[in-house]
Amino acid sequence: MSRGKQLVKDKSIVVPGEVVAEGKDFILGPGVRREGNQIVASRVGLIHFEGKLIKLIALSGRYIPRRDDVIIGRIKEILINGWLVDTESAYPAMLNVRDAVTEYVAKGSDLTRFFDFNDYIVCKIINVTPQMLVDVTTKGPGLKKLIGGRIIKVNPNKVPRIIGKKGSMLNMIKQATGCNIIVGQNGVIWIKSTDPKMELIAVNTIKTIEEESHVPGLTEKIHAYLEKETGKKIKLQKE
Amino acid sequence: MKKSFKRPDGRAYDEIRPIKAEVGVVSRADGSARFQIGKTVAYAAVYGPRSLYPKFLQNPKHGLLRCYYNMLPFSSKGERIRPGPSRRAMEISLVTEKALTPAIDLTKYPNAVVDVFIELPQTDAGTRCAGITAAAMALADAGIVMYDLVSAVAVGYVNGNLIADLIYDEEAYPGEVADIPVAYMPRRDKFSLLQMDGKVSSEQLQKALELAKKVCLQICDIQRKALKRRYEKYKLMENMEG
Repeated sequence: MSRGKQLVKDKSIVVPGEVVAEGKDFILGPGVRREGNQIVASRVGLIHFEGKLIKLIALSGRYIPRRDDVIIGRIKEILINGWLVDTESAYPAMLNVRDAVTEYVAKGSDLTRFFDFNDYIVCKIINVTPQMLVDVTTKGPGLKKLIGGRIIKVNPNKVPRIIGKKGSMLNMIKQATGCNIIVGQNGVIWIKSTDPKMELIAVNTIKTIEEESHVPGLTEKIHAYLEKETGKKIKLQKE
Repeated sequence: MKKSFKRPDGRAYDEIRPIKAEVGVVSRADGSARFQIGKTVAYAAVYGPRSLYPKFLQNPKHGLLRCYYNMLPFSSKGERIRPGPSRRAMEISLVTEKALTPAIDLTKYPNAVVDVFIELPQTDAGTRCAGITAAAMALADAGIVMYDLVSAVAVGYVNGNLIADLIYDEEAYPGEVADIPVAYMPRRDKFSLLQMDGKVSSEQLQKALELAKKVCLQICDIQRKALKRRYEKYKLMENMEG
């Protein structure tokens, strides 16, 4: 078999329809498609060549539900045997009673005693069908109803940046502001604190990360920002 | 009957008007673009994929693309345009939809809709082409899964002379005029829009389409550059996944 040929530089921006490589010996990751002998980008993004693997990291677009994602959803409808959850995407998720509570619930009984309209919940996507029917559960560590606090929404493509490598960025914000923060993969973030001032600092920090996600050395910059705003010394985690 | 014809703005026959393209101009939209060709300006804003109602419009096999073409009241050279959908605007919305659909992988968005809004604040012919070109950039900006970009241009004949990118004064020229708006997918080498106004022979049409291809490749290059300019800064971003 002939050796594949890479046609664009690693870590370059590609647009839909751009031929990124030629040859049959590549493994395709997300965002790229094979057409005959050519490998074509199917959306705007940052291309990564990792050995034989080609993957495209999306930089824009709405959230698309994926299995095993932990998201923050809003109860938008109550059905006969569960809830319909708004996921900030084109597809609402179904939360079945048996995926939500351990006790026996008689069919047709009032479900608002568990989750009411407009309650926010942390849930995990257990299944996504090809028709984009989404099932979520609230059974599991850290999955629960959110009480109090505030909700902010960010671009879901920036979520990995807000969390940081192994949670480094998020831990730094939590440590500096003392806030309780939960980040959903769908770009919904819940922040709760007893100190409204710290809550505001956390919100501003997250907004800054969202806007400046591309800046090299962002962790140091955010570290300096947090120290200045909170007036506390914060330990900088080594990655 | 080939009579000599001098273009009112002094362009060469196969020369297009100066183009400005920018991506990410509407902050509340999921994707947006501004495309200016000469005096024609088109804004496109994309929302979605989002849930589709009324429910009977939903299709579990593939998503839906909806386009709205709108000329603003003060946009034209002549009389004020009455706001709201007219017969003409509805037709152009439809052909825009048909021109863009083959470039998009709608099977990725079952039961959902992608809405495209095209607004024209200033026009000097070639509005549907400018709209389609802007919409293709906006769709890419919105992260929609696409097979290819779409570039569009009008070509035509004035007194038997093949010209590219007609302006209003050429469309309304008192002579024999044929106007052919074309949308083209450059990598797939396929046309997705072909309309015609006027009289041309089949050889003339072939020649016109060859010119349209050539010009669309120039426009596509500008589209790609505009998209890359918008995302260039993310090049330095480190990989956080995996």
